[in-house]
Amino acid sequence: MRSLSTARVLLILLCVIALASFLPLWASGYILGLLTLAYYFGVFAMAWDLLFGFAGEVNFGPTFLIGVGAYTAGILDNLYQPPIWLCIGAGTAAAVTGGLVLALPALRLRGPYFGLVTLVAVLILQNFIIVDAHLTGGEIGLTVPDVISISDSVNYEIALWFMAISGAILFSLSRSPVGLILQASGQDAMQAGALGFNVTKHKLTAFVISAFFSGLAGSLMVFYLGSASVGTFIDITVGVQIIIAAVLGGRRTILGAVLGAVFLVAMSEALRPLGDLSNFVVFTMALIVILIYPNGFFGLLTRSKEGA
Amino acid sequence: MEERAHLEVSGLTKRFGGLVAVKDMALSVAAGRILGLIGPNGSGKSTVMKLIMGIERPDSGSVRMNGVNVAGWPSHKIARMGAGIVFQHSRPLHRQTVLENIKLALLPDKLTRLLADPKTDEQARMIAARVGLSAVLDRRPATLPFADLRKIEIAKAIARNPSVLLIDEPFAGLTGKETAAFSDLICELRDDGRAVLLVDHNVKSVARLVDRVIAMYVGERIAEGTADEVMHNETVRRVYLGGRIETASRPESSFRDAVTPFLELDNVSVHYGKAQALQSVSIHVHEREFVSVVGLNGAGKTTMFNAISGLLPYSGDIRRQGGSLRGRSAAAIARGGIVHCPESRELFTEMTVRENLDLGGQHLPPAECAAQIEWLFELFPILRQRQRQTAGTLSGGEQQMLTIARALMMKPKLLMLDEPTLGLAPVILEQISKALERLRQTTDVTVLLAEQNVTFALPHADRVYVLEHARIVWEGGPARFAAEMGTGYL
Repeated sequence: MRSLSTARVLLILLCVIALASFLPLWASGYILGLLTLAYYFGVFAMAWDLLFGFAGEVNFGPTFLIGVGAYTAGILDNLYQPPIWLCIGAGTAAAVTGGLVLALPALRLRGPYFGLVTLVAVLILQNFIIVDAHLTGGEIGLTVPDVISISDSVNYEIALWFMAISGAILFSLSRSPVGLILQASGQDAMQAGALGFNVTKHKLTAFVISAFFSGLAGSLMVFYLGSASVGTFIDITVGVQIIIAAVLGGRRTILGAVLGAVFLVAMSEALRPLGDLSNFVVFTMALIVILIYPNGFFGLLTRSKEGA
Repeated sequence: MEERAHLEVSGLTKRFGGLVAVKDMALSVAAGRILGLIGPNGSGKSTVMKLIMGIERPDSGSVRMNGVNVAGWPSHKIARMGAGIVFQHSRPLHRQTVLENIKLALLPDKLTRLLADPKTDEQARMIAARVGLSAVLDRRPATLPFADLRKIEIAKAIARNPSVLLIDEPFAGLTGKETAAFSDLICELRDDGRAVLLVDHNVKSVARLVDRVIAMYVGERIAEGTADEVMHNETVRRVYLGGRIETASRPESSFRDAVTPFLELDNVSVHYGKAQALQSVSIHVHEREFVSVVGLNGAGKTTMFNAISGLLPYSGDIRRQGGSLRGRSAAAIARGGIVHCPESRELFTEMTVRENLDLGGQHLPPAECAAQIEWLFELFPILRQRQRQTAGTLSGGEQQMLTIARALMMKPKLLMLDEPTLGLAPVILEQISKALERLRQTTDVTVLLAEQNVTFALPHADRVYVLEHARIVWEGGPARFAAEMGTGYL
């Protein structure tokens, strides 16, 4: 019953993505730009859900991984102008390394301490960027000389298909035997260990995979925006928005995170006439949804289709 | 017949801070044999099991599994050496089906395995058939009865074909019929040539299955032999039943509130999800009476107390002096004078002894509070010396005294003590015993005591209830208890 409904949801998603890829034919560049950002945001949220929903670890610092990736790629391009793909590769590698360095000691800690370590990591990175301004651009931000493309449509299609492929990979991973072990490790580490699973190894892998997609998305986004700043990539509020997007979309669903991300971006835009009030309204709506439907949009979707 | 010891433990010791939980423990189980490890709550038997499985690290000693010393290894490595464990509490993956839950246990510990081996499915179905889960393979755990959840745990544990199988409280929460089916399953697993270790509270529940039994008390091994030998062992009898039981009960007719007792439980039932924790329990307690509820761990004593304290939803009615307590909050019930000393003590471990007591006396005027503390220091002299120490640094016995003292600071009408003797040495028991006796002689307080330690429970009781598998099975005076219930208590 459930697998049937999941298959149906996947089919619908595929149709939505196919439709979305024709959007540049009629949508304005402004709308495309917004959606491009929303798609990258969706990847951040999906990568976060792999850690929270499956490995059971709350990473309060998704922006640490994103920021390390984005700034490494940006700074490299700024200094030496190597081919863009090299910068993106380096950014991703840096995020993975940073994730490892952070997670290796942090995963020894239990409960809220893991989350705190990830939170502190964001603050350290943020301060490093502000202090080391000649390299990072500091508070003003970093301008990157190259962009992938100046065409809105091309950028839009890159973001869309990057999100679709990342989603497909992360989703299959979550449904694979490795995903099952990860879920068991997150829910009852003691029992997972007694069944012969090396819990730390699996959680560390989840962190590395999460870092990979966060770093890759961050690097790509730098070359879309042509700039990097603390406010767009690293600030705690950015991290909180990612977390809200993932929870809003539906914990442990991976794909729901994209819905949450698009919802957040779309609502902020729709409510822009409210001025400063718009964020207030968006977050209040998010709060209400989380309180009433803790399973999120996606949970609601699959549940209603399962029937009684 | 060749007997190879699959599991051999020697010199196993574990300390938690100042508490020695397991001391110089030794045991061995051969292939195709079942060993029972029994002991009252707090005796350290579960810790032994966790040490064997690598969930806790031993301080010293060896754990040999098929000849290899695995003491101190992480549990996933010990599992790969051939150990499997059935936990008492089942926590399956709720979003997955029963079949998927079993498949999980069959997966290799590899990161590269992205597609399931088609053989896994077949294997999982075979295991499910063996434990009797074939009919519910595609259901989610949340929709299954309790006994089936236990079967999932067994299925997971045997998925890797362990040569050593540890089972924690195999029959807890099961009905008679389910227990029989479970026993048969355990025998089959033994006949496969596995070494099986059953951990339980008393000999009776595992007597039919085991080849040998080891009894533990306060971290140490006190007896070993066949089930019959251990049941008749003097030390074991003393631990469970006490030596000579002195009773000094007051007859029920001597209490003035005969028509409407101070506390009445009328047909109270409690369910935890699928498991019935309390079944149509009716008891009453008179004002100033000391009543003991005796029962093994898991019988439902704590559940009963939690229901009285308003911490659990229940069916039936609980009345205080004729007025129903239903719908009143736990805080209101406590303020009204029904004060609960939980089994877990719930002290503020980072605060000093004095601060803990002051907190208990928050609602008293300062002068009265000081007087009450002074009275308690007379009742428990050791607490006076420990005033400035933080509660976490006290010994187990001192913590228990502090828990009782803090409850008495609230000047309760009814004091409910849940397993005050848990894991305490006999000397300490005597001190707490004396304090209770003084309460009975010199105050108007009513006491409801839940105990599995009969030696402690009987001397202080005017009346005794026996709780077994969620039901009251016996009621009477303490003098009659030893004669009528004593032997059933091992």
